Amino acid sequence: MAKEPTFETPKLKEYPVIPLIQEGAMQHIKPFVAKAEFQERLGFPGELVEGWKDVALNRMGELLSQYRSVQVFLDACVKCGACTDKCHYYLGTADPKNMPVARQDLLRNVYRRYFTLAGKYFPKLVGAVDLTEEVLEDWYRYYHQCSECRRCSVYCPYGIDTAEITMAGREILDSVGIGQKYSNEIIGKVYKIGNNLGLPEPALADTLEGLEEEVKADTGVDVRFPLDQEGAEILLVTPSADFFAEPHVDGLIGYAKVFHQAGISWTLSSYASEAANFALFIGNYENMEKVARRIRDAALKLGVKRIVTGECGHAWRVAYSFWNTLIGPFDFLDANYPQPQHICEFTHSLMKQGVLKFNKAANDHRIVTFHDSCNIARASRMGDKPGGQFVIPREIIKACCNHFYDMAPETIHEHTFCCGGGGGLLTDDLIELRVKGALPRMEALKHVVDEHGVTHLVAICAICKSQFAKVMPYYGFDRDMVISVHQLVGDALDMATTH
Amino acid sequence: MSVVTVVYALLFYLATAVLVAGLAYRVQRYARTPQPLKIPTTPAPTTRTGVVLRMSREVVFFESLFKGNKWTWLFGWIFHFALLLVLLRHLRYFTEPIWDWVTLLQPWGIYAAYAMLVGLVGLWARRFLVDRVRYISAPSDHLMLLLLIAIAGSGLLMKYVWHTDIIALKAFFLGLMYFDWRPLSPDPLLLIHLTLVVVLMIVFPFSKLLHAPGLFFSPTRYQVDNPRERRHVAPWAEKFGRTASSNLSE
Ligand code: SF4
Ligand code: SF4
Repeated sequence: MAKEPTFETPKLKEYPVIPLIQEGAMQHIKPFVAKAEFQERLGFPGELVEGWKDVALNRMGELLSQYRSVQVFLDACVKCGACTDKCHYYLGTADPKNMPVARQDLLRNVYRRYFTLAGKYFPKLVGAVDLTEEVLEDWYRYYHQCSECRRCSVYCPYGIDTAEITMAGREILDSVGIGQKYSNEIIGKVYKIGNNLGLPEPALADTLEGLEEEVKADTGVDVRFPLDQEGAEILLVTPSADFFAEPHVDGLIGYAKVFHQAGISWTLSSYASEAANFALFIGNYENMEKVARRIRDAALKLGVKRIVTGECGHAWRVAYSFWNTLIGPFDFLDANYPQPQHICEFTHSLMKQGVLKFNKAANDHRIVTFHDSCNIARASRMGDKPGGQFVIPREIIKACCNHFYDMAPETIHEHTFCCGGGGGLLTDDLIELRVKGALPRMEALKHVVDEHGVTHLVAICAICKSQFAKVMPYYGFDRDMVISVHQLVGDALDMATTH
Repeated sequence: MSVVTVVYALLFYLATAVLVAGLAYRVQRYARTPQPLKIPTTPAPTTRTGVVLRMSREVVFFESLFKGNKWTWLFGWIFHFALLLVLLRHLRYFTEPIWDWVTLLQPWGIYAAYAMLVGLVGLWARRFLVDRVRYISAPSDHLMLLLLIAIAGSGLLMKYVWHTDIIALKAFFLGLMYFDWRPLSPDPLLLIHLTLVVVLMIVFPFSKLLHAPGLFFSPTRYQVDNPRERRHVAPWAEKFGRTASSNLSE
């Protein structure tokens, strides 16, 4: 077994400082490789294939003709450097290969060598390199030090999104038989059991029953947590973390209370008991479609009218941006509601209609700030106006909480910093990367803690919540500071008045 | 007809052909390649008109770069707009009679040439001074700046130090355009200037200068944010799922 790595947690500084580059600073970081069994379940070779170089170049050629993003992004970069200080992993590790453009260059230099005239005839001049085993290793290392958060794409004059390149890199690696254990095993679990955690139906039913009792004891109200209920109005698809642990599960209680107060029937599905879709992280269209299709199938089987998605960042990206394309059209659902709908959109509209009454004082012991999740901020939307993804959660928080303070403007909204654990990196074998990558967010948090006495960091993403709960203690914060939007909602919701 | 004239006439035809054909090839490749998923960087416009505005802000003001880095934006913007003015000013060598608005630009064109140099030198300085930018710069990135600086410099020198016969030059270019060749005066500085321009034209479609057409094909910028309203299936992706949907209805 690998021994516990030792590293130093970065110091939180008064003002953010862009570090000087330290070559090779994160060269030693690389996640565990997936076992053959899991690779094969996803349709990839089990181990490094013979003639891997040709296979890799072939796959690259295919991607270039299938994805305009990859083709254009590999050509258009002018090395202006505007993205170099935008990645939280660069800011936290100083490894130059974690600068977005340098991360792209790992692929671009090979692209140039084999697919462009300049690189074929003048490789040195344009920095083109041969595809060697070292290059392949660098791909594996540094394409697993990108959380696909798209922050770099905001500042690039050509909108180059390194996440697309990272996905292409991982896809090529998978095609030659080298996959990442964490992501690929999880996708396998979804196929086998229905969710990332591998929670089978009986255990899920048990958990939900337990929650009903818990809420009853707390509030005296019979709030239901239905499972596989045919004919329900709404199918709720939420990250399986919500069934499992603090702080997630309190969010789930919040959703249930909202449904209860609204008087709208709803259900979870044991077949599609997972909103997360890790196939996004490995950039594989086919698997992404397969994971998503379970939800369409469940919705049809249960005969629901609407689909609502729980608090999860990348899941919302897939749901909002890709579901209609992958598994649409949703013509069998109620046309009066956007498909799919985010739980925040749902709660927000009920709030606006006056269906939900809040007792804000219930959250008076909390002074809160809000973390915009990357995939929600930069890869999706809520509501019908651009930027609704920033407004809606904040309006909900402010409706049920008296003390709210935003973090510094350059660290929220579209500029938000990743929690450090997104994109399939939320695994213990990458803990050093996760801790260091959280630095910019932790610095911004420290500011509002010092200035406004903030006690809680509110998030709307299962990965953000898990990541923060894990890494915040490294920075001297309490892990219980992390809380769901819908925990605030659930705590403040006035359950005495009925609709 | 002197050898110099023939060589340069042929060089310009060649360079123009390479530039046009090369760019056309790249652009059709970009246009033909599908984008299978909706990936606009949000918040993004929800209408076509909104996208036109977003793209216009990118093209005219370099909006994203402005958010990204103020120095690079400043030097980059100065350089590109000065270059635009200089190019427009050069239209006088290709039109007879000279269009009025080109005449109006004439005095600005000269300032623009200086501004172009300022922008280029600023951009180049960053490649040396900022360690991160130094790390990502390949030799070609330096050479490209050197080439542009040399073009601007040789042009300015011709204007102020070693004049060339502008009337004859114009006759040469008009001759090229109407296939009625006229002699090119063999001034060394002019020949240097023209050679560098030929190099730039030929290199364009094979280099990072593709950022110019690339911007218009960048899905994170040109896509409309409407994935819930519109499906967006690429032809190659149609095969996925279709089979699966048919076995839905049990
Ligand atoms: S900001 Fe865009 S063009 Fe500039 S170096 Fe980064 S990826 Fe390249
Ligand atoms: S997508 Fe995010 S993690 Fe990846 S290079 Fe860009 S800023 Fe860094």
